[in-house]
Amino acid sequence: MKTFLDKLFKKPSQAQSTGEMNVQTTPLTEEQLKVVTQEPIPMHPQQYLAGCGQSNGLQRDHNEDALFMMSTVVADGKSDLPFGIFIIADGMGGHIHGEAASQAAARVVAKYLISKVYYKLIDPNPEPMDESLQETVESAIREAQKAVLRYAPGGGTTLTCALTLGDQVTIGHIGDSRAYFVYPDGRTQRITQDHSLVQRMVDLNEITEEEAMSHPNRNVLLRALGQADPVRADIQTHQAPRVGYLLLCSDGLWGSVPDAQIHKIISNAPDPSLACHKLVEAANAAGGPDNISVILVNFLGQ
Amino acid sequence: MEGALETRRIENSLDGNTGALNQLRSGTTLVGRYQVQDVIGVGGMGSVYRARDMHFPNVLKLVAVKEMINQAPDPLVRQTIVQNFEREANILVTLNHPSIPKIYDFFTHDERSYLVEEFINGKDLETVLKQSPTPIREEQTILWAIELCDVLMYLHTHQPEPIIFRDIKPSNIMINQMNHVVLVDFGIAKIFKTGQKGTMIGTEGYSPPEQYRGDATLQTDIYALGATMHYLLTHRDPRLEAPFSFKDRPIREINPLVSPELEVIVDTALQYNPEERFPSASDMKAALVALARRTGALTKATSASLTLQEQPITAVWEFALEDEVRSSPSVEGGILFAGAYDNNLYALTAAKGEFIWKYPTEGAITSKPLVDNGVIYFGSEDGKLHAVSTKTGKLIWDYATGAPIRGSARIAEGHIFVGSDDCNLYAINIASYRKSWALSTEGAIRSTPAIQGGLIYFGNEANEFTCADFRGQVKWRFSTKRPNTSSPLVLDGIVYFSSLDGNFYALDAKSGWTIWRFRMGKGSISSPCSVENFVYVGSADTYMYCLDKSSSREIWRFKCDHQVSGSPIVYKDGIYFGAADGAFYCLDYKTGRQRWKYVTHGPITGTPAAANDLVYIGSSDHKIYAFMP
Repeated sequence: MKTFLDKLFKKPSQAQSTGEMNVQTTPLTEEQLKVVTQEPIPMHPQQYLAGCGQSNGLQRDHNEDALFMMSTVVADGKSDLPFGIFIIADGMGGHIHGEAASQAAARVVAKYLISKVYYKLIDPNPEPMDESLQETVESAIREAQKAVLRYAPGGGTTLTCALTLGDQVTIGHIGDSRAYFVYPDGRTQRITQDHSLVQRMVDLNEITEEEAMSHPNRNVLLRALGQADPVRADIQTHQAPRVGYLLLCSDGLWGSVPDAQIHKIISNAPDPSLACHKLVEAANAAGGPDNISVILVNFLGQ
Repeated sequence: MEGALETRRIENSLDGNTGALNQLRSGTTLVGRYQVQDVIGVGGMGSVYRARDMHFPNVLKLVAVKEMINQAPDPLVRQTIVQNFEREANILVTLNHPSIPKIYDFFTHDERSYLVEEFINGKDLETVLKQSPTPIREEQTILWAIELCDVLMYLHTHQPEPIIFRDIKPSNIMINQMNHVVLVDFGIAKIFKTGQKGTMIGTEGYSPPEQYRGDATLQTDIYALGATMHYLLTHRDPRLEAPFSFKDRPIREINPLVSPELEVIVDTALQYNPEERFPSASDMKAALVALARRTGALTKATSASLTLQEQPITAVWEFALEDEVRSSPSVEGGILFAGAYDNNLYALTAAKGEFIWKYPTEGAITSKPLVDNGVIYFGSEDGKLHAVSTKTGKLIWDYATGAPIRGSARIAEGHIFVGSDDCNLYAINIASYRKSWALSTEGAIRSTPAIQGGLIYFGNEANEFTCADFRGQVKWRFSTKRPNTSSPLVLDGIVYFSSLDGNFYALDAKSGWTIWRFRMGKGSISSPCSVENFVYVGSADTYMYCLDKSSSREIWRFKCDHQVSGSPIVYKDGIYFGAADGAFYCLDYKTGRQRWKYVTHGPITGTPAAANDLVYIGSSDHKIYAFMP
């Protein structure tokens, strides 16, 4: 099968590798050096700087993506705790259903997390949490599943959400939208696993990452909200990069813009909002085959 | 043909309250004929009821009534759902096989449609598996698999069109009172049309790769049957594993009682490429029957039991003390220090276990000595913190608290931090030998404090877990339901500890918010350790757990014969710990497979120490042992 796919999909990779070598041998500019040697700014209170971007893309006449973003700080001298909710959902199943599914999922997850966590945070005399943050994210996704089944039967959606509290990032994920940590030293670390057929084939060494990008079945998902029940999301918690970013995006970005270019755009942009704008532009410049949604969060003052 | 997807969608679109209200009450009579007795399942499209057929008033004729509540707002979707349900009825009515339920009736009532079927008195295989503590025996699995092959042969050769079941899995297979299989849930879901993005139908874990691409062939059912057999033989639910990952879980590695021949048959059914599987159900049946004949599996009930190969392991040295060792040794500069219930702290050569000196206190020593800069710090049940010279074994200074000290000390910023049964956490200045401050809590502190990033973390016996700063001010406090004796571990901004309330907690170290918790079978006083992305902890439920730090997912668990109160350490690529069954275990840290165990003559409650290629442990059989890893 692999040789067959090789024949069909293998692209000449000569040009690309020379390109990379050129980059490696070019000395770092002052600007780049500044980025690499960046130290965390001792900002107080600790806070998040976040931006987002969205576009239909160039080949779709409607948008089936949904995103949600909020970032807050509660600081009172005794403790200062930034809090954020960041959500990307990429609907599927046709015009009406896909749109309804992603909208319902993003809203329901946001509403659930706000009522369970954010209200607790701003309550002057809060009851202790009866659930862990991971359990709360899991429950939020279960609620979203119910909502998609109710409001968009036949539709489905991916969902990648990050609940950030202090410097811990709890991610709930289902489908093939992605979360990355982007570090100034050049690393782009993907922290979610696509629930897609091609990802599974890559894991089984049936095809390569490169082949997966152009595989005819690259859109087939193994898991999505609104589909097989019970819904099973991946939940994980990571410490946020001390210097660096959390990036959430739909496949409209990662399927069109290579990691290295994503990294370059983020490193060169003055702030997350402009970075997101440039990322969307880059995806459209690459043909914009799909809806594009992107959220970028910078963690300040850890 | 699968109803699971579409129908569950309906069921789930009801929220908790209306879901219950929407069920028919017992006593309700449908179309003047079927009197509902009970809900027997929340199957496919709504509920499944057991009902009595009142057309036979003099005998008790039971039927299964399958309900489909159609609440899709879109009329087109609603119509499709009804059509699918009717298709299920129409297909079932043409079938006649002992492993397929008979259909008696079909009717629609407002938004609800009903299918009246033969009532199967039995359990589905999912329930059978859940109720069985062990995998299903090979002979039994073969018997059921042969019957499943029979019914698949029947469906696959159906005229005019072959029928592909597409959703073979334990919850769709009933075992009746005669121990025969019956396939249930012939629901029919529409095939999900791939728009920009598609998804599969069927059940993750049981569906082969091609089904995700929308292809279903006879080999689709063969694969799902293989997946079902794999689950029966290994007791590992494929839905909880990555799709197509059966190769990563060889049957005989999990259950050595399975014959290599049966493993080959299941592996063949589970081949990634359909053309490499059995070409038909009858070929698979032939292989199963041949195996059963050859091994006599069908006639003889094997009594082979799993005999674990226990590697003989001997201690490099052992040293007998005058009483139980419930404490943990420390090794520093080639010397092993350990306290005992005989009130003494011992210094032995680490390499050979030769006596160097002992230092007497006036109470039992239960903690792990802290060695720093030529001085050993440890508490005793005499209530004192003792500071003793490592060279001479003579007292340098001591500090008296108001009650026994059972936890171990930590050192940071020129201070010793130690908890006492007098409910205080003490910060004692090592230059002045005086207390800088004491933080008073509600309960005895037996947990050893963890110190990280200028903050101190510890549990107590009054169900509290506290984070304080270096001035002794409480930063945050977290409540559990039972005492917290375990000593915390702080890594990457998260503090981990186990509680006697049966949870293993991961809290945000700065704010005390719960990131995740993992429920163990019983409480725990075992302190966690970590390597790579794994965190390990023992519990009174007799297991040693290995959890993923980020996702809280269980990687493996290892069963001991008695509770695990001792704490684990990781040394090289092994994990070492003792249990109340008296055994000292060495497991592979990634897989949890036992490398060896050494059985001492008393429970082990302490934590091992490791240095220079030796691992040390004390036991309540009065001895300290040294082992080669």
